[in-house]
Amino acid sequence: MEALKQELKEKIINVLNLEDIAVEDVNDNDALFGDGLGLDSIDALELIVMLDKDYGIKLADPKEGKAIFQSIETMAKYISENRTK
Amino acid sequence: MGAATQQWYLKKQAMADKHFITDYCTIEKGRIKRNGQEVFAASDTSFADFAKQAYKHAETEYSKFFKMDNLSKLSFLAADLLLKGQPLDGSNNTALLFANISSSLDTDVKFNDSISDKDNYFPSPAVFVYTLPNICMGEISIRYKLYTENSFFIFEAFNPEFFANYAAILLDTSRADKVLCGWVEFFKDDYKAFMYLVSKESGTDNTIENIQLLYNS
Amino acid sequence: MNKGVAITGMGIISSIGATVEENFNALVNGRPGITVIDNIDTIHKNNIKVGEIKKTNNQLAQELNLPADNNFSRTAMLATIAAKQAVKNAGITDINEYNTGLISATTVGGMDMTETYFYDYMERPDNRRYIESHDAGDNTHKIANELGLKGMVTTISTACSSAANAIMLGARLIKSGKLDRVIVGGADALSKFTINGFKTLMILSDTYNTPFDNNRKGLNLGEAAAFIVLESDEVVKKQNKKVLAYLSGYGNANDAYHQTASSENGDGAFLAMEKAFKISGLQPSDVDYINAHGTATPNNDLSEGRALIRAFGSNMPDFSSTKPFTGHTLAAAAAIEAVYSILALQNGVVYPNLNFETPMEEFNIIPQTVLKEKEINHVLSNSFGFGGNCSTLLFSKS
Repeated sequence: MEALKQELKEKIINVLNLEDIAVEDVNDNDALFGDGLGLDSIDALELIVMLDKDYGIKLADPKEGKAIFQSIETMAKYISENRTK
Repeated sequence: MGAATQQWYLKKQAMADKHFITDYCTIEKGRIKRNGQEVFAASDTSFADFAKQAYKHAETEYSKFFKMDNLSKLSFLAADLLLKGQPLDGSNNTALLFANISSSLDTDVKFNDSISDKDNYFPSPAVFVYTLPNICMGEISIRYKLYTENSFFIFEAFNPEFFANYAAILLDTSRADKVLCGWVEFFKDDYKAFMYLVSKESGTDNTIENIQLLYNS
Repeated sequence: MNKGVAITGMGIISSIGATVEENFNALVNGRPGITVIDNIDTIHKNNIKVGEIKKTNNQLAQELNLPADNNFSRTAMLATIAAKQAVKNAGITDINEYNTGLISATTVGGMDMTETYFYDYMERPDNRRYIESHDAGDNTHKIANELGLKGMVTTISTACSSAANAIMLGARLIKSGKLDRVIVGGADALSKFTINGFKTLMILSDTYNTPFDNNRKGLNLGEAAAFIVLESDEVVKKQNKKVLAYLSGYGNANDAYHQTASSENGDGAFLAMEKAFKISGLQPSDVDYINAHGTATPNNDLSEGRALIRAFGSNMPDFSSTKPFTGHTLAAAAAIEAVYSILALQNGVVYPNLNFETPMEEFNIIPQTVLKEKEINHVLSNSFGFGGNCSTLLFSKS
């Protein structure tokens, strides 16, 4: 799970162009949206694409994303339970 | 250009003298110049690297910059030079008047690439957002809280007459206190941004000749 | 009240009709044009519904008598058909008789052809003629050529408010005496590019769009083209022209919130409406019908609803979105809705907001759900585009 979390931090920074944030700065339980990392609705959609592309998980309803993308911790848990890749 | 249209331009030019260009900048081939003076240069690099360095040099601190596409980054860097320090409380009555030749083609191509391979098919929402030329004005409006008029035109080439006259109309009819005119052309790492502020404050006369001169400088 | 700029002609082609009459009949008889897509082979075929014009490109080319080696994109063909209709409807026989211009709007341009032929350009030289027709500006020039127009020509591309901005610019050029008359409007054809793009933003509905409904799921894309002819009072008088309606007000403002989403309280929308009222000298209480942007996305309808409440308060006029009929036709939207607004004024009808079932939780306003006949003197039309570009047009009876 630790390796997955590390991987997710790297991917998020890369995919979402978070140039001024380093992997070390992202804590497992930090809020990704809102006040935490400050991601927005388009970022959420990009993460949905990432779930499909890299982990083979298809989310039909963008509202499901809210719970899944709360933090690195929740993302890692969801992915490890549902990944098909 | 037909005779009737020429007459129109000349008539408008006479009117356009009441307005002035107060500030201008150009960005091309890795160089940024403001009011004729070079403020930053990073030659022999891709636009991506150049933009990153220019952004850091400007000390703007706006992390959303990195999510923008090339056209928006180019526009943002130019606008930032001219609008920096102005109030961010929504009172800024500067209209935006932009144009170019290629529209959003540079990003359109990138988006098309992400949907071209049937076996590796992952359209990117973040890229799609930028497949419209006016998004770059949206980015500037968001940053500087400009709830003002904005329009994006497509021309075959740089069109100083249109800029001179339309800016004059906006100012004369009090639709805005200032107009930020921007020529922002970007395609496959070939880019030029030429931006300037027009208002009733004193400066260089807002004429077709002056605009063309500054564009060429 | 300022009278405004005279509108003397209109032309339209959309999924609910190939002429003004056909469109009007569909609107008053509740016949929408939302179907499964036929002309484009997309993997999303069975997951979306569209407002498609059921004519192939060959049929359109034949209608226009284009030579076999033409390089018209579908957008350009639709635009030309509508522009020609408008010019004819305005009774114009010599298009260069007065100082006449053309302002067209598009987002797709020639993308529909480019996405089909791009990868074959190396092997198929005869398709390369479509390379030059890709640009948004090329579409406009093609229309000008087909009309024989020698005057001023320009193109606007500001997403879904494009045509409103074209109409606004046209009005300004007439008011300031720069042009005597101007043909203004917009066109967009369906394309894989747009379908895929909107799909990835997750704002497409897999069923019929339901504006202002609590359970709305998103928009249906559509394709269309429409143009109206604006003329100065002087020219109208000289030719003893019949005026269809007046463009009495217009406004444009930026929402300054997000690239594709609208602010919670519809700031940009509210400002655009406020500006339009200012230009026209009208009060909100003068408006008899609002043709809303109403795309049926969760975000737009909430934002627009709030903006309408801010602008009209407790005296909300009848309002509806006609997008359940035509789909969201992007750069053409404001133009086709201008035509519908003019028809509403001429015939005294409020169009139904189809598919509506459940009022939105957030507020108390609900759209007009059945066709209503009443005297209509002023219509307000909203069009809001990505990039926060918000535009409002006000039309008044002639």
